[in-house]
Amino acid sequence: MLSVLFMTAGSCAFFRVHLCAGGPCSLCPTGKSNSSTMADDKDVLRDVWFGRIPTCFTLNPDEVTEREAEAYYLLLPRVSYLPVVTDKVKKHFLKVMRAEDVEEMWFEYEGTPLKWHYPIGVLFDFHASNTVLPWTITVHFKNFPDEDLLHCSSNSVVEAHFMSSIKEADALKHKSQVINDMQKKDHKQLWMGLQNDKFDQFWAMNRKLMEYPTEDGGFRYIPFRIYQTLSDRPFIQKLFRPVSPEGHAHTLGDLLKEMYPDALTNDGEQKRYQVLIHGIEPLLETPLQWLSEHLSHPDNFLHICVVPVPTD
Amino acid sequence: MPVSLLWAVDVYGRVYSLSTAGQQWEQCRNSQMEFKRVTAAQTCCWGIACDNSVYLNVHASDLPIRYQEDTYENQRWNPVDGFSDRLLPSDRWQWSDSSGLQHQPLNGFQLPSSTWEWEGDWHVDENLEGEPTEKEGWTYAMDFPAAYTKDKKWNSCVRRRRWLRYRRYKAMDTWAKIPSQQTTLPDPFSDISCGGWEISEEPGGRLSLWAVSLQGKVWFREGISHHNPEGSSWVEVPLPGEVVQISCGPGDLVWAVLWEGQLLVREGISRDNSKGTSWAVVESPNPEVGAIHVAVGMNVVWAVTKDNKVWFRRGVNSHNPCGSGWISMVGEMAMINVGLNDQVWAIGCEDRVVYFRQGITSSELSGKTWKAINVPRDGDRSHSSASASSLHSAGCFFSGEVRAPSVASDAELDIEHPPGDGAISNAPLHCPEPCVDAHKNTSSELCIEPLKPHIPKVTSDSFISELVSDRKPAKTDAESVSSAVLEEEVVPGEGEVNVLSSDAITCTQSGGPPDPQWSNVDLEEAQIQHVQTGAVPDSADSCSLSSVATYTLALEDQYGADEHPLWAWVSGGGCSVDSHSQLNWFNCPLNTSMLQSVQSMSLSVSPAQTAAWRKQIFEQLTERSKREMDNFRHYEQAIEQSVWVKKGAMQWWRDWKPHKWIDVHFALEQFSGADGNKDGILFIYYNYHEEKKYLHAFINEVTILVPVLNHSKHTFAIYTPERTKQRWPIRLAAATELEMYDWLALLSVSCCDSRGIQGPPSKQAIWSITCKGDIFVSEPSSALEATPYPTPCDQMFWRQVGGHLRLVDCNSLGIVWGIGYDHTAWVYSGGYGGGFFQGLASSTDNIYTQTDTKSVYIYENQRWNPVTGYTTRGLPTDRYMWSDASGLHECTKTGTKPPSPHWTWVSDWAIDYSVSGGTDREGWQYAADFPASYHGFKTMKDFVRRRRWARKCKLSTTGPWQEIPPIQLSDVTILPCSAQSSVDVVPLWAISNKGDVLCRMGVTLLTPAGTSWLHVGTDQPFKSISIGAASQVWGVARDGSAFYRGSVSAQSPAGDCWYHIPSPAKQKLKQVSVGRTSVYTVDENGNLWYRQGVTPSYPQGSSWEHISNNVRKVSVGPLDQVWIIADKVQGSHSLSCGTVCHRLGVQPMDPKGQSWDYGIGGGWDHITIRGNSMEPSRICLSSMTDPSPQAPRSPLPVRSTESSSALNLTM
Repeated sequence: MLSVLFMTAGSCAFFRVHLCAGGPCSLCPTGKSNSSTMADDKDVLRDVWFGRIPTCFTLNPDEVTEREAEAYYLLLPRVSYLPVVTDKVKKHFLKVMRAEDVEEMWFEYEGTPLKWHYPIGVLFDFHASNTVLPWTITVHFKNFPDEDLLHCSSNSVVEAHFMSSIKEADALKHKSQVINDMQKKDHKQLWMGLQNDKFDQFWAMNRKLMEYPTEDGGFRYIPFRIYQTLSDRPFIQKLFRPVSPEGHAHTLGDLLKEMYPDALTNDGEQKRYQVLIHGIEPLLETPLQWLSEHLSHPDNFLHICVVPVPTD
Repeated sequence: MPVSLLWAVDVYGRVYSLSTAGQQWEQCRNSQMEFKRVTAAQTCCWGIACDNSVYLNVHASDLPIRYQEDTYENQRWNPVDGFSDRLLPSDRWQWSDSSGLQHQPLNGFQLPSSTWEWEGDWHVDENLEGEPTEKEGWTYAMDFPAAYTKDKKWNSCVRRRRWLRYRRYKAMDTWAKIPSQQTTLPDPFSDISCGGWEISEEPGGRLSLWAVSLQGKVWFREGISHHNPEGSSWVEVPLPGEVVQISCGPGDLVWAVLWEGQLLVREGISRDNSKGTSWAVVESPNPEVGAIHVAVGMNVVWAVTKDNKVWFRRGVNSHNPCGSGWISMVGEMAMINVGLNDQVWAIGCEDRVVYFRQGITSSELSGKTWKAINVPRDGDRSHSSASASSLHSAGCFFSGEVRAPSVASDAELDIEHPPGDGAISNAPLHCPEPCVDAHKNTSSELCIEPLKPHIPKVTSDSFISELVSDRKPAKTDAESVSSAVLEEEVVPGEGEVNVLSSDAITCTQSGGPPDPQWSNVDLEEAQIQHVQTGAVPDSADSCSLSSVATYTLALEDQYGADEHPLWAWVSGGGCSVDSHSQLNWFNCPLNTSMLQSVQSMSLSVSPAQTAAWRKQIFEQLTERSKREMDNFRHYEQAIEQSVWVKKGAMQWWRDWKPHKWIDVHFALEQFSGADGNKDGILFIYYNYHEEKKYLHAFINEVTILVPVLNHSKHTFAIYTPERTKQRWPIRLAAATELEMYDWLALLSVSCCDSRGIQGPPSKQAIWSITCKGDIFVSEPSSALEATPYPTPCDQMFWRQVGGHLRLVDCNSLGIVWGIGYDHTAWVYSGGYGGGFFQGLASSTDNIYTQTDTKSVYIYENQRWNPVTGYTTRGLPTDRYMWSDASGLHECTKTGTKPPSPHWTWVSDWAIDYSVSGGTDREGWQYAADFPASYHGFKTMKDFVRRRRWARKCKLSTTGPWQEIPPIQLSDVTILPCSAQSSVDVVPLWAISNKGDVLCRMGVTLLTPAGTSWLHVGTDQPFKSISIGAASQVWGVARDGSAFYRGSVSAQSPAGDCWYHIPSPAKQKLKQVSVGRTSVYTVDENGNLWYRQGVTPSYPQGSSWEHISNNVRKVSVGPLDQVWIIADKVQGSHSLSCGTVCHRLGVQPMDPKGQSWDYGIGGGWDHITIRGNSMEPSRICLSSMTDPSPQAPRSPLPVRSTESSSALNLTM
């Protein structure tokens, strides 16, 4: 009955025709929202989704090029993954390279290879949160660091990783009941929403993953990952309930106290760590359930970065 | 759903209520005594107390119960004294009623009972049918009886004036004893049941109250109404037998149980005869086992037989009150009660727990399962210490019973035993055959035999019933029982005092735990009497036994009462729940500490809106966006923006003649901008003479999407400014309702996105309501009220808000109230979306369930012929014999459907007597011919007649609205003010649906719902009210005249007195609206009037000036801007009825304005612009001289005409 299809602007003949017919101003918003309205939780979802990191891609100077490669500037969506959003970067640098010199592309920031399977926002918060913008990423086309990075041959690998994260999260939240009730096309809709940066499309489906029975007061367990700088382990992930056995709502502080007490600042102490989610520092009394519903990444995990307070 | 109460009595006679929103039983503390029975209605609760008197507990309401007494003072003129009280001998009394036949001196008026008080002294009525009279209130005539005028003429020989006084019912929220009629009531009541409030269309308060006396007689309480909650007297209803219990439903069902176990059905109950005419007998569901209990609702009858089996009666309704057959239900119950919406409660016969029948809907009246209501009682702990004393008084209560006249008859002897029978039948529960056999064998003395297999189970759950029911015959079991009891007795160490007290009350309280099988304390008592008179040793035995039992009970109460309250009676007659209700009764942990923690948790979550952490997140996100994005906007986006196309097949009401639905392809192409804002174009592809064509509209030009759902088509209309001018929207029909709402939600989001509108409506928003009850809201621009070039009102963008209302009012502080079709008051919760808006188009907080009910009317038409009189055979030229009001469309009872699939029938067709013009006793109205003006009586010249049938339907939806129970309203007004004004408490006035004027207390920004009503006395009902920016309150009374309320201020929110303002000549006003200074009214003939001469020193004004005709409603705002709903507006393509119009040229010096600008419509019913206090921007003024600022404004209309011409080309 109803079909939804996607076309890029270039491929849509109709659209161009009507753009002309209506004049360019027909697509400009004619009214601005009333600024007096109180902020709604929906706005948080929107802000989280449309978070962008200005990035400057430079080619690794060791790469053999035919002519000098110019830096490439891009706004990267915080909630997406590097391979999904770097087609343009690849295209840009391939122009100056010989095909035989090109191996799998990978990225590095100040000597650290960037794990593509972490959301971009997490990579930024974790490695570069206090640097001057734009974020300068070095692009490599050879010497793939097999010990540090997973290979990513195509976007379908990212999709598989993304979907497995969502499934893992739902296993924690709803014993997988919600995700298993979804159809294949629903799964696809989640991924397509992320891939094409379609907030409405993604959330129309993701909404279901964020539901829970009111009497429970929250999910079964909160899917979270805490990233820390001074550890061999990539991140902390354990079972943690949104509500205490006594019925109190757990807060971000409660979580950290149990998982990573060092991250907390004790009384009279100098603050040593920043606890970053999507580049902001929520108050420790923020209810964890709320955070999980509103500040999770599209993979349904709450990614929490604990980074040292900048010294300067 | 408003919060309502379920009432119950525990085995100690303590009365409790459980709120539908609550999680614990609250004890009715103000009762000094114990109760045997309660029967609840929504407005009150009746009960039989331990003193055998009937008590009434009227729930407190901000709306007082007041009664207007009036009498007339009559005078005659004579040449000597002028007018004097010296009347002719043939004249009426000097003080009389209106007709003059009744002598009514002022001091002859007495308060009917001690529960009433006078509200003031007698005063003269200075209003004669909307016209103010001279100060003294005299009205003149030539002679009695005659037509009176307010002016004295040369031939006025008599005069009279009306005196008024109000009395008020004062016994609110307390149990007031109904004075007994000693002469006519020889024996006390044992059962009581109220209902019948649905029989007539009279507003709340009218009740039928039925009672059963110990002797088995049935009594009916006459004259209970809103103005007389106590009723006037008991009338005995003749009976074919002796009744033990009676049940009266909300409608016309009344069933009773006979001692012998058959059931009686009252027949002939109608609007005119709430007592009914005769009894019919229905046999017990099980021929072997008689019924002991019956409970009836609107369309259901439930019964319990003596073996505690539960039965459901099939096929019961108004026309067939006897029903057609019994269905056996699962469960064993002591009693059952049917409440509102045919919902059912019961008390388990074994565990004494209150059960709720889950899953009862109008289509499945028997429900699905019994579910125990496991909520704790308030202060269960604190009770335990009090339990002994309450037990003691319970004992007194029963000892009082013993002193009652001995009425133990043979019949009772027979009856007295079945409880035992019932009790034992729980043993052979799963194999009824042996039991039945036993019955066959023993027939008359059936009670003795089956006792033998019975071995009491001494568990805490059942021991009471064991002990009590086995009292007399259980001598053989006594040992085992008492030993068990002794075991329990050993437990407590501190129980000594209790032992003493329980000893002290011994025999007298033997009835303490009432017989569970009967749930009837009096039967229990009768047993005791019998026992005492018949077999003294036995009785002593049993008494001591049961006193031990109660003693253990007391202990149990002390240590574990929360685990197990024991209930004796439940009444759901005032409890409004249905299958959709969210009840907290079942997921409530019994552990009170858990309960507290649950509450504390929900508390910690709910003020999330204002919590610091939340604010912090908002601020930081904004800061982050600024930091990370503001300076880098010129960077390329990583993800290519694309077009999202949604396509579907639809039908389109084509623009050219002949108009008809044609199949089209429909597509929405959306383009996302970098910042997430979207825009789009919608296309309708169609074939015109084999040629493929399309029609398109830009999403940012769509001004409104209107759902037009009916049973034949799922259609919606799309308007652009041009389409509004034409009165010819794009009409589309989707294949299914779901698809329609899918599209509407998507299109709506696209429209809002393209205009950058999201979140809840602003405080300045303009609210409007369609004739279907759909709610729309528009954000005003500052240019909306600009002069001379305001934004044309056909360019206003309207978006829908969930919910269903009849009218709405708001002010610029963001306080919004609405009133539903069923007169329920709602306050706006601050959310948005709801209804069919799902997901992102709807806020998650602040969306609530909203229900509304309204009536659908059809007409039965008949023509008179000389042979057969009035028949359904009309002339060939006549209208349909069943039709709508116009007679043009056939509307049969079976063929008429609710207005849309969202509505479901909730009642059957019933004759509507409340038609203007009046009806005869059968609801007929007569006329010479169709169509004509009808009158309510038959004359020689009448050849046709008609009557109106009404059927109620109900809608359930969601929206950002919270109910404000319990008073039903017909109008509401909120003080309009400027946005920056700091008003702490916002004046809000309303009219109840009975016409009372009310003033809401405690309305603030934080509590927009306010706290309570203050009643403002009037001498007649009101129908409209409005408050202006300077607290000037105007009202319209039911006689069509206006009233101004004097001295309303912050200090005196209700003002001091009414000033009567006559209506324009020969017109009856119906609505008033007051802005900053302007006062506008609309009369019943659609004329709009402006009040001339209103000044601060003379706020009443001097005269009415006619502004316009063709007006349905007016709304005057805080800038004195005037908006109306016009009745008919001619567009270029079609005519629209119910159109939003804006008065142009309204300026401080010219508050009446110049002309009308036409906006959205037709089909609009209501608008309020009282929230828009946005002063027009100065730029517009300068634009008169300087054309340059005007330039950016001009493209709008120009472009819309361009695109419309493009539209025309494509057609």
